[in-house]
Amino acid sequence: MSDDIALSEAERGAGIVRCDACPVLCRIRPGRAGACDRYANEDGKLVRVDPLVLLAKPNLARVAFVEGSAAWRGELGKGEGAFVTGIGATTTYPDYKPAPFIVSSKHDGVDMVTVVTEGIFSYCGVKVKIDTDRYLGPEQAAVRVKGEAVGHVTTAEYGSQMLSLGGVHHLTGGSKKEGVVTCEALLALCNREAVELSIDGGSAVIVQSEKPPIVNGALEERMRVGCGSAAIGMFAPQWKDHVDEVIVVDDHITGVLSEHQGGRFLDIKPAGIRVRGRRSTPGRYFQVAEPGLGWGGTNVSDPLEIIDKIDPKQAWPGLKLLMVSTTGEHSAWFELDHDLRPQPAAMPAAVRDVVERIAENCEPALCTVLFMAGAGGSLRAGVTENPVRLTRSVRDTLTKVTLGGVPAYVWPGGGITLMVDVARMPEKSFGYVPTPALVAPIEFTLRADDYAALGGYASRAVSLDDVLRAHKVRVDEGET
Amino acid sequence: MSAVAARLSDGRLHLQHGPIDLIIEAFGATDEVERAYGQAVDRFGDILSTLVRELPTLRRPVSEAYPLLQGPVARRMAEAVWPHRSVYITPMAAVAGAVADEMMQALVKDRRLDKAYVNDGGDIAIHLTPGHELRAGIFAAALDGVARFTHDRPVRGIATSGRGGRSFSLGIADSATVLAATAAAADAAATLIANAVNIDHPSIERRPARELDPDSDLWDLPVTVAVGPLPNDAIAEALDRGATEARRLRLCGLIEGTALSLCGQWRIETGGTALAQVKTG
Repeated sequence: MSDDIALSEAERGAGIVRCDACPVLCRIRPGRAGACDRYANEDGKLVRVDPLVLLAKPNLARVAFVEGSAAWRGELGKGEGAFVTGIGATTTYPDYKPAPFIVSSKHDGVDMVTVVTEGIFSYCGVKVKIDTDRYLGPEQAAVRVKGEAVGHVTTAEYGSQMLSLGGVHHLTGGSKKEGVVTCEALLALCNREAVELSIDGGSAVIVQSEKPPIVNGALEERMRVGCGSAAIGMFAPQWKDHVDEVIVVDDHITGVLSEHQGGRFLDIKPAGIRVRGRRSTPGRYFQVAEPGLGWGGTNVSDPLEIIDKIDPKQAWPGLKLLMVSTTGEHSAWFELDHDLRPQPAAMPAAVRDVVERIAENCEPALCTVLFMAGAGGSLRAGVTENPVRLTRSVRDTLTKVTLGGVPAYVWPGGGITLMVDVARMPEKSFGYVPTPALVAPIEFTLRADDYAALGGYASRAVSLDDVLRAHKVRVDEGET
Repeated sequence: MSAVAARLSDGRLHLQHGPIDLIIEAFGATDEVERAYGQAVDRFGDILSTLVRELPTLRRPVSEAYPLLQGPVARRMAEAVWPHRSVYITPMAAVAGAVADEMMQALVKDRRLDKAYVNDGGDIAIHLTPGHELRAGIFAAALDGVARFTHDRPVRGIATSGRGGRSFSLGIADSATVLAATAAAADAAATLIANAVNIDHPSIERRPARELDPDSDLWDLPVTVAVGPLPNDAIAEALDRGATEARRLRLCGLIEGTALSLCGQWRIETGGTALAQVKTG
């Protein structure tokens, strides 16, 4: 052809790019797509535009297509058993018209309809579970990003701390900056990026879905095996022949072997070592120290600090004492000298083995991010002309709700308030609008006859193949 | 990226290369259908590369001289637009339909098929034998109409132009669906009829084509980029203009019928000859 492949100076100056993906060799202006709608000019770069994401069903064979030469008669495979997600589907917000994709398909001989859209969620946020016993901050304390309050600390759960971030009050109820920062933080967390949070009166923690938390610069590797009391119960028989006393240091419940039911059961004699704090039941102590970043989630760096006194009537010189944290991360071995003072000594190998076993039994510490949002009347109106029937249909489990193909937990009670683990969703599932609000994919799947019955836009249903033909798709392998 | 072929889960053949995206379905004895698909796949390999060799000529408007072209698809394009040379038109106005026609010829050659279609992004070539029929849905805002094709009527091509498609339009039609003897003829006519559905109104935004696409065959002609709310009389006026053009082309013998839509309103132009049955609603 006579056209020169090279772009002119003027064309380059205008930001035009040359697409060489096929022989048409389109010249594409910034922000526009080539003749095929598959490639576009994004800020001067040629990019593949993949607005729709398909979840390939793992139980169906997929064969990669072959390119080039005589072997090109390959199988593309993308038409086989795929599920259209809302990612890139765009939205018709405010939904006075039907959702962008209403896809009909057959499952086990039953006609099904999936209404595919992207929802704009002003009522949304994330619930973050951080596996750590380190002290992150007091309950109700503000959680900040760039100095703006984006949420708060809620309850401590087993081996973990919960944060509640976002929500409509931070998104749109505060200052404009608060809303923008909150939206950015939520977007990053939902797209599985790392966000640094600082907690009033507490720690700075870097949170990222499916990654260990980093608390004040220290990577949290393990969850505790249990509280101090649980650790005593689990490992007492293994210590029995090697120690006279074990104290498992824990911010919640510190365990003392000889006083604990687990030690008494093994006929371990009283050792007379009294720990600080408030006794709950025999061998179980609350509040032996302040919460912190030291041993077992306390502020203790020298474990002997938690020993209140040693009773000379019960203790004896040469008594062998193990102190260990609930993760096995910290441990120390002492023997009482002639004056019944604990002296550091070399830990016997058999005891060391059990300490390592504590560590081995600790699960990896992770952050988990659950997206939580309410599907409002407007979004539901894009699904059916009679939105409350959609709610009822979801309640009655006739309609399955998924986000990016991942089944959502739908809260009981009114409305469609749902939660989903962002780690299971395809990459880059979330977007935002400047409202500020998050944009998330959402799909409602139900039987075609149920859809018609609830006032759905049944005449808008198109086949999966038609979607594939008319739209450029990215296939996500999904979960296997 | 070279051409790819795939079978969709329901058995239809999907061929794609660059901007060409075909869905093909043939009906008949299984072995005949499979051989037909094999012929289509074999033919498809060099369609695009042959076409792009003559792209500079294909992007020039036809006027006094019949364009000298060699490729079979390119020649179909020239043939389809030649009757319209009194207005601005380039062979590109018929590219999708011409590809569909060429692929249909390859599909059916020496094969015994009941019926078949080659759908090139909405521009469709059809093949029929006595006793068999094909139906095409016309989709603008919703499934708005159905066209039914039978062997005893001359329609073998259907094409739709309008806003929202991949090509630029000079008009404002949501859709202009044309039935003609070939897909290429329908494609060229649909382009012109969609252009004719037009009116001046402040809520219509237009920009020179090459500001959007430096390769556009429409050069600096103003193409429609947005249509805001229009009063009902403006919609009716624009549709009437389109229907007038459709009637003119039908009376010239170039097409068999047209269905036009704009903002939910429709016009059907078949002259009462019922060469193909079209119904909307």
